[in-house]
Amino acid sequence: MTSYAPPDSAFPFFLMKIRVLVMPKSSVLDPQGVAVRNALTQHGLDSVRETRVGRIIELELDVTDRTAAEAALHPVCRDLLSNPVIEDYSIEFPAAQ
Amino acid sequence: MPLPVIKPEPAITEEVIAKHGITSEEYARILSILGRTPNFTELGIFSVMWSEHCSYKNTRLELKKFPTTGPRVLGKAGKENAGVIDVGDGWAVAFKMESHNHPSAVEPFQGAATGVGGIIRDIFTMGARPVFLLNSLRFGNIDGDSEAARTNRRLFDGVVSGIAHYGNCIGLPTIGGEVYFDESYQGNPLVNVFCLGVLKHEQIARGAAKGLGNPVFYVGAETGRDGLAGAAFASRELTEESKEDRPAVQVGDPFKEKLLLEACLELLATDAVAGIQDMGAAGLTCSTCETASRGGTGVEIDLNLVPLREIGMTPYEIMLSESQERMLIIVHKGKEAIVRGIFEKWELPYGEVGRVTDDGMMRVKVGDETVVEIPAASLADDGPVYHREVEAIPPPPPLDLAALPETDVVAALPAMLGDPNLASKQWVFRQYDHMVRAGTLVGPGGDAAVFLERESGKLLAATSDCNAVYCALDPREGARIAVAEAARNLAAVGATPLAVTDNLNFGNPHKPRNFWQLRESVEGLAEACRAFDVPVTGGNVSLYNESPAAAIDPTPTVGMVGLIEDARWVTGAAWQSAGDAVLLIGGIGSELGGSHFLKIVHGKKAGLPPRIDFEKEIRTQNAVRALIRMGLVRSAHDLADGGLLVALAECGFSTGLGASIQLKTEGLRTDVTLFNETQSRFLISTSRGNAAAVCALFQWRGVEALRIGSVGGETLEVQADAVALTWSMPELKSIWSNAIPQRMQSPTS
Amino acid sequence: MRFAVIQFPGSNCDQDCVRLVRDGAGAEADLLWHGTPSVEGFDAVIVPGGFSYGDYLRCGAIARFSPVMRAVAEAAGRGMPVLGVCNGFQILCEAGLLPGALVRNRGLRFVCAPQWLRVETSQSPFTNNLRTGAVIQLPIAHGEGCYFADAPTLASLNANRQVLLRYCAEDGRITPESNPNGSLENIAGICNRERNVFGLMPHPDRAFELRLGSADGIAIIKSLTQA
Repeated sequence: MTSYAPPDSAFPFFLMKIRVLVMPKSSVLDPQGVAVRNALTQHGLDSVRETRVGRIIELELDVTDRTAAEAALHPVCRDLLSNPVIEDYSIEFPAAQ
Repeated sequence: MPLPVIKPEPAITEEVIAKHGITSEEYARILSILGRTPNFTELGIFSVMWSEHCSYKNTRLELKKFPTTGPRVLGKAGKENAGVIDVGDGWAVAFKMESHNHPSAVEPFQGAATGVGGIIRDIFTMGARPVFLLNSLRFGNIDGDSEAARTNRRLFDGVVSGIAHYGNCIGLPTIGGEVYFDESYQGNPLVNVFCLGVLKHEQIARGAAKGLGNPVFYVGAETGRDGLAGAAFASRELTEESKEDRPAVQVGDPFKEKLLLEACLELLATDAVAGIQDMGAAGLTCSTCETASRGGTGVEIDLNLVPLREIGMTPYEIMLSESQERMLIIVHKGKEAIVRGIFEKWELPYGEVGRVTDDGMMRVKVGDETVVEIPAASLADDGPVYHREVEAIPPPPPLDLAALPETDVVAALPAMLGDPNLASKQWVFRQYDHMVRAGTLVGPGGDAAVFLERESGKLLAATSDCNAVYCALDPREGARIAVAEAARNLAAVGATPLAVTDNLNFGNPHKPRNFWQLRESVEGLAEACRAFDVPVTGGNVSLYNESPAAAIDPTPTVGMVGLIEDARWVTGAAWQSAGDAVLLIGGIGSELGGSHFLKIVHGKKAGLPPRIDFEKEIRTQNAVRALIRMGLVRSAHDLADGGLLVALAECGFSTGLGASIQLKTEGLRTDVTLFNETQSRFLISTSRGNAAAVCALFQWRGVEALRIGSVGGETLEVQADAVALTWSMPELKSIWSNAIPQRMQSPTS
Repeated sequence: MRFAVIQFPGSNCDQDCVRLVRDGAGAEADLLWHGTPSVEGFDAVIVPGGFSYGDYLRCGAIARFSPVMRAVAEAAGRGMPVLGVCNGFQILCEAGLLPGALVRNRGLRFVCAPQWLRVETSQSPFTNNLRTGAVIQLPIAHGEGCYFADAPTLASLNANRQVLLRYCAEDGRITPESNPNGSLENIAGICNRERNVFGLMPHPDRAFELRLGSADGIAIIKSLTQA
C-alpha cells in the first residue's frame, strides 16, 4: 500500500528514544531568536537576555546497544540532521533504566 | 499502519441529535430516508452533509436566482467543483472562490493556509492545472493599542503568512486581491480565496462514480483527526467557547499538495480515471456520497484499507475527518497499475479502498462489518431546503450635506492615503510570491491582475471586489456595484469580462434582517451579472459570520475573470511620462454617501451609496476598451475607493510623477468634488497630442470625457474652481507606503 | 548546448528555467527527474528554485542526497557548468559544491520584489556576457536567502573573486538598505573556486522578457552558450 512504511520492529516493546538537538552556531545571527526575545519582554518577562531558537528531532531506534547507536548517529547528525556550517548538534540519550 | 477500531457508539438521544445541529424535522427526514434509526456515525454523516456549509440549505433557493448559462459556459454551475469557461482555441479556464472564515478566526495561519489548499484542489480536481491565486481579506481595525486592535493585527499577520506559506510553497503566484479593515469584522475576519486553472476542453474531469465494479482509490495524506466536524463548526456562530475548538482546525501541507497536484494531473493525462473528487469539507463522507450521487450509482468502501496516521480512530472520526490533501479517484477497472505507478513515483500514500456498485447506496464497512449504509442520492440531494424569513431594513436617510462641516481638504488627502483601507498593500503582497511562473504582467497593486498563461498563450485577467460599506447601507445597490466595479477593473487593464464566481459572506440566516440583506445582495448580483452578460459559474456561501456583538456588514465578494485578446492591449494604471494629458472620463460626479471620505475623515457610514446605471457603465467600459485597442491610452485607472483625488495620487506613486489638474464644477463643495464616489468613471492618460482626439472619440460614443490637466512635476496641484491646492508627491507616497508597515510593527499580543 | 533542469518533488521554477534557456537564450533544455542517476547527454545543469521536499529539515537538505545530485557533483568535478537558482543555490551549498549556507531572512518574512544587483566580475563562465560593475535587475522571492559563511571563507571568496553578484541600490552602491535579507557583505551569488558552479538567490528565470520587468536573466545563460 504505502511505499515506505517502516518494517515491523524486532523488539516491539523496547525502542530507544533519542533526541537530537540542533542549535544555530553562536557566530550565526539568529533573527528568530531576537524576535522571540522581544516578544518575551513584551509578555512581561523582563529578565530575559539571550534567546536562541533551534530544533529537536526525536528518534525511536530499534537497538539496544547505546555505543553502537551513538556511532551510527554522529555521521547522520553531521550529514543530514544538521548543517555544520551554521549549526551545532548534541545527542540526548534516555536516562539509564 | 493503524487500523480503525469499532467501539460501542453513543445512543441516539435528543441531546446527541441537537449537539449535531440537526433539527427535529431534519431528524424525521433522516428516519424516512433510512427507514430506521441512524447509528452515531450515520448521524454524524447527515449532520455534516446537511450543514449549511455543505448543503447550502438556507441559501439554495436564493442561489437559483443567479444567471448560470452562456455560450462560453462548459459544465453546470454548482454541479461540479468549479466553473469552467471557454477561452478560445480549445482552451478553457476553471476558477472558483471559497471562504475559510471561521477556521481563520481561531487559527489564522493554518485557517488561511488550508483555505488556499482547498481552493487549489477544487481546481485540479476539474482536470485543470492551477495557474494563479487571488484573495479578499477583511479584518477589524488595526489602529492603536486596544486588545481588539492587537488581535486584529495578529489575525492579519497570521492570515497573510498562512496564504504566503501555502501559495509560495506550492508554486502558484498570488497576483491580486483586496484587504479591508472595518469594525464590523471584529471577531469575524473574512478570508476569501480564489484560484484559476487552465485546461483543454477535452481534459475536463468529472466528479462522478461511474462504471459498476470500478475500483475506488484514496490518494494523498493519511487521515488523522484534523478538523473533526469542521463543516458543522462553520455553521455555528463563533463564541469564546469555540476558541477551545482548536482541534477543529486543519493543518495543511503544501508540499504534499504539490505532489498530489502533479500526480493527479499526470494521472488525468492517462485513460485510467473515470471520476475524481477532492476531499474537502466533510472529507471522505462528502466525496464518496457526491461521486455516487452524480454517477447515479453507489460506492462501497472498507475503512481497513484507508491510510490512517493515528491509532484508535473510529468510523465516525474517519468519515468526518478533514485531513487535508486527499483525493478520491474512481479508476477504470484494469487500469489500477497505472494509478499505483504514478503515486509511487510521487511517493504519496494511497489505497484501493472500495468499488462502485449499482445499488445507489453509500456503504462503509470495516472488514466484513457494515457500519454505514445510506442512500447516496438522498444524502447528497434530499437535504432540507429552507425558506428563511426576511425583514427589510429601512434605507438610511440620504446624506445631509449641509450638516457635514466643510473639510480641510489639504489635510484630508494624507489622512485618506494613510488609512489602511486606501494605503499601499505592499506589506502584504511582498510576502506572496507573485512572480513564479514568469507570467505576471500586471501584479498586485494594479486595478486587476493580468497573467500570461504560456502553454495556451492566453492573457487572463482577474479581480476581486466588494464595497461592504455600500452593501451595509443598501445591499442590493452595493451588490450591483460590486459586479460593476469588477468589470470596470477588468476594463481598466484592457480585458473583457467573461464570468463570475461569488463568495457570499453574511451573518446568522435565522435573523430575518440578515437574510433580507442576503436576498437583496443575491438579487443585486444577479441583475448586474445579467446586465454585463457574465454568468455566475459557481461560488461559495459563508454564513454565521456573527459574534454576540453583531453581524458583519453584508459582504458579497465578486471574483471576475476576463480575457485580453492582444498583448498590446495590456494597460496599467500608472502615469507614464511628464507632459501626458490627464482625462477624466464619466464626469465630475457628486455622490458622497457611503464614501471612504465620510468614513475616514468624518467617522460615519452614512447616506445612500452611489447609484449605478448599468447602461452608462457598460457604455463607458466599452469605450475605454475601444480606445485602448486603438493604442491611444497610456494608462487607465478606475475611480472607486476614495474618489478622484485619491486616484490622482495613486496614478503617480510608482513613477513618482505628480500632476497639474484644473476642475470646474457647477458650484460643488470642494470636498464633494474631490472625494465623491460616483460610479462609471476612469482616469486616462494619453500623449498630449492625442488628448483632443481621445476626448472626441469618447464623446462620440456618448461618454463624458474632459481633459483636466497634465502629468508632471513632483507635486500634485489641483485647482478646483477658485480653490488652489498642492501636495508633495514624495510626502504623500511616504504616508501611503508606511501606513500598514508602521501599524504592523506594533505588538500583536 | 543542452541544459538539464533538475526536477525534485517540490521544485516550482523548473518550467521557468526551461523557458529562460529556450525562449531567452535559444538553447536546448530538458527536465531531468531527481531519481535519474546520470546527467549523460547534457552539457550543463540548472538546479531550479522551489521548495524541494517542502524545505523540510532545512532548505535543500534532503534534495542534495538524491541520485541525480551525485551525478551532478561528479560532473561538476569534471568541470561541467552547474547553475543553482534560489532553492538550487541552497541545494548546492548543502551538497558542499559551494561554500557557506543560506539561512532565514533577517526580517523573518518571505520577500518577493525586483532587486538591483551589481556584477562583481565578468571573469566567469556565467558573467562574461556582462560588464564588471554593471547594475542589473532580477526578482527575488525567498524566505531563507541570507548568505552566511565564516570569516576565513568570506576572505577566501573575496580573494579569489568568487562573489559574482551583490545586492545593491539602483545606482550600484552596496548599502544596507539595498540588502533584502541580511546576507553578509550583500552577497547574492557566488561561484566555486574552479568557477564552474554558480549559485544565486535572485531569479534569472523570471527575467527573460521586458514585459516581466527585466530581461537581464538572459545574459547569464548566453555567457555560457556564447562562450
